[in-house]
Amino acid sequence: MSDPGPLLLSLKLAGVTTAILLFVATPLAWWLSHTRSRLKAPVQALVALPIVLPPTVLGFYFLVFLSPNSTLGGLWVEASGSSLTFSFTGLVLASVVYSLPFAVQPLLPAFAALGRREYEAAQTLGASRLDAFVSVVLPLALPGFLSAAVLSFAHTLGEFGVVLMVGGNIPGETRTVSIAIYDHVESLDYAAAHTLSLILLAASFTVLLALFACQRPRPARV
Amino acid sequence: MRRGAANAQCARRRGLAVRYRLARREFTLDVDFALPSSGVTGLFGPSGSGKTTLLRCLAGLEPAAVGRFVFDARVVDDTATNRRLPPAQRGIGIVFQEPRLFAHLNVERNLRYGEKRRQRDAFVAFEELVELLGIAPLLERRASALSGGEAQRVAIARALMSAPQLLLLDEPLASLDQRRREAILPFLEKLHARLPIPMIYVTHRFDEILRLADTLLVLDAGSRIAGGRLDDVLADAAASGLGSANVGVVLEGTAGAADTEYGMTPVTTPAGVLWVTGRYAMKTPLRLVVRANDVSISLAPLAATSIQNSLPAQVVSLDEEAEATLRLALDAAGHKILARITRRAAATLGVRPGMPVYAHIKSVAVRRHRLAGVLEHYGADPS
Repeated sequence: MSDPGPLLLSLKLAGVTTAILLFVATPLAWWLSHTRSRLKAPVQALVALPIVLPPTVLGFYFLVFLSPNSTLGGLWVEASGSSLTFSFTGLVLASVVYSLPFAVQPLLPAFAALGRREYEAAQTLGASRLDAFVSVVLPLALPGFLSAAVLSFAHTLGEFGVVLMVGGNIPGETRTVSIAIYDHVESLDYAAAHTLSLILLAASFTVLLALFACQRPRPARV
Repeated sequence: MRRGAANAQCARRRGLAVRYRLARREFTLDVDFALPSSGVTGLFGPSGSGKTTLLRCLAGLEPAAVGRFVFDARVVDDTATNRRLPPAQRGIGIVFQEPRLFAHLNVERNLRYGEKRRQRDAFVAFEELVELLGIAPLLERRASALSGGEAQRVAIARALMSAPQLLLLDEPLASLDQRRREAILPFLEKLHARLPIPMIYVTHRFDEILRLADTLLVLDAGSRIAGGRLDDVLADAAASGLGSANVGVVLEGTAGAADTEYGMTPVTTPAGVLWVTGRYAMKTPLRLVVRANDVSISLAPLAATSIQNSLPAQVVSLDEEAEATLRLALDAAGHKILARITRRAAATLGVRPGMPVYAHIKSVAVRRHRLAGVLEHYGADPS
């Protein structure tokens, strides 16, 4: 049996990233689905970039901008005393950007289908904008949020290139399951690679199965 | 910065003073008007004339609108001083064209949504409102499981549960068929009689205006083209953009003893007694609308006619309307009645001011003034 450390680390990374992403992606997707601003297209392109960019490119830029020699990385070191690169915090930061499109994209059609009708009605009934969003938009767009959470989680769980570039391979800190599998294969430990791969495969399939099962067509809203 | 005269006047007393400007692709809303702070104002105009946009401005749903809105001396919105109350703090309820119920809640929780968040005391209790709008049997139902008419009634109740100080209704019956419309209109009439708050009722259907409105505001291409008390606007309907078919007068009257055998009621008005279809309780205050198109004249009383309502009158003036028609202003017992006749008929009869004639009224639209617990009726009565 292989060490469960990488698996737990991956779950932790995916969980933290997903939680942060829902807070970041929700206002972003709400804005994108209703704005007529000229900034909409550039912002959309930026958000979608991680889908097409090789993870190594993303990882490379993170390495550059997060390193203690950079402005941002330097400030972080001064403030926290530790480096952003080759650390769990750095990994979370990179994962949030890397998985952002997978959180934003499922929310867009959900918000677009909902429109502003109920949101406006709630406000005229005395709800503040935040209240109207939480009490009306959120429950009505719940399937969209579910998809966003599951896809962000699954995508973060499976990331490899960015982790390798930004985090390296530090056990308990940045050695996620995909890195561990790569390691096992490099060292020709196929049995261990098999075990971890199978767990990841099964977990990913289960998560996606749950997602699609939840999204069976519901009775149409009148 | 120029401020409309009506706006300046009304800023200090009761009522609504509204000035808004908002460019849309199809038209530019550009209005400046004042409304009383009680009764129903009918907002009338063709589609695309800015009625919905105006309501959205009042409710605070159009951040791009520029202008000023004062309601009972309270500045609700003023872009010049950047005092813009968000929708939640305006105390304005709105019923949209589509119900916009919250599909994840049942009917009762939809109704309670506004109740929980209201900042004023209710002017109508939950149970009474539910009774008034006939939605008691629906409370446990999911909002998505209602018919169009039911959903719209729930939407009206939900807006009222937030205890608004002004209720905006944006063609609440537009999406319903005739039968359903007829089922909801009495509820609206009851609300009108029961509620102490002003309402603005958008419609492009003139019969709804006649039934519900006390004041009329007519929009065309984003601008106000007429406004005022219903009878003033009706008397000049053609010029107001309502269409010449709607020119008429309003007569306030009181129901007499109904003729139960024939289902008609005599109504005593300042112009004389008029029989209308429907049974009304004695002394019910009624409003009758007599359109010029439904009034003809003769020089002598007609002996054998199906017309039930004939009043002696005197010709006051003749106004040329179109190539073939004239509008006659008649004086019936000191009250104005309008009649539309052809120029040819006027020439044949030799009609001139001061001439005594008989005005024959073919049909009358009836509206109850206050809730009196009698049968509803509206419509043209068969003559």
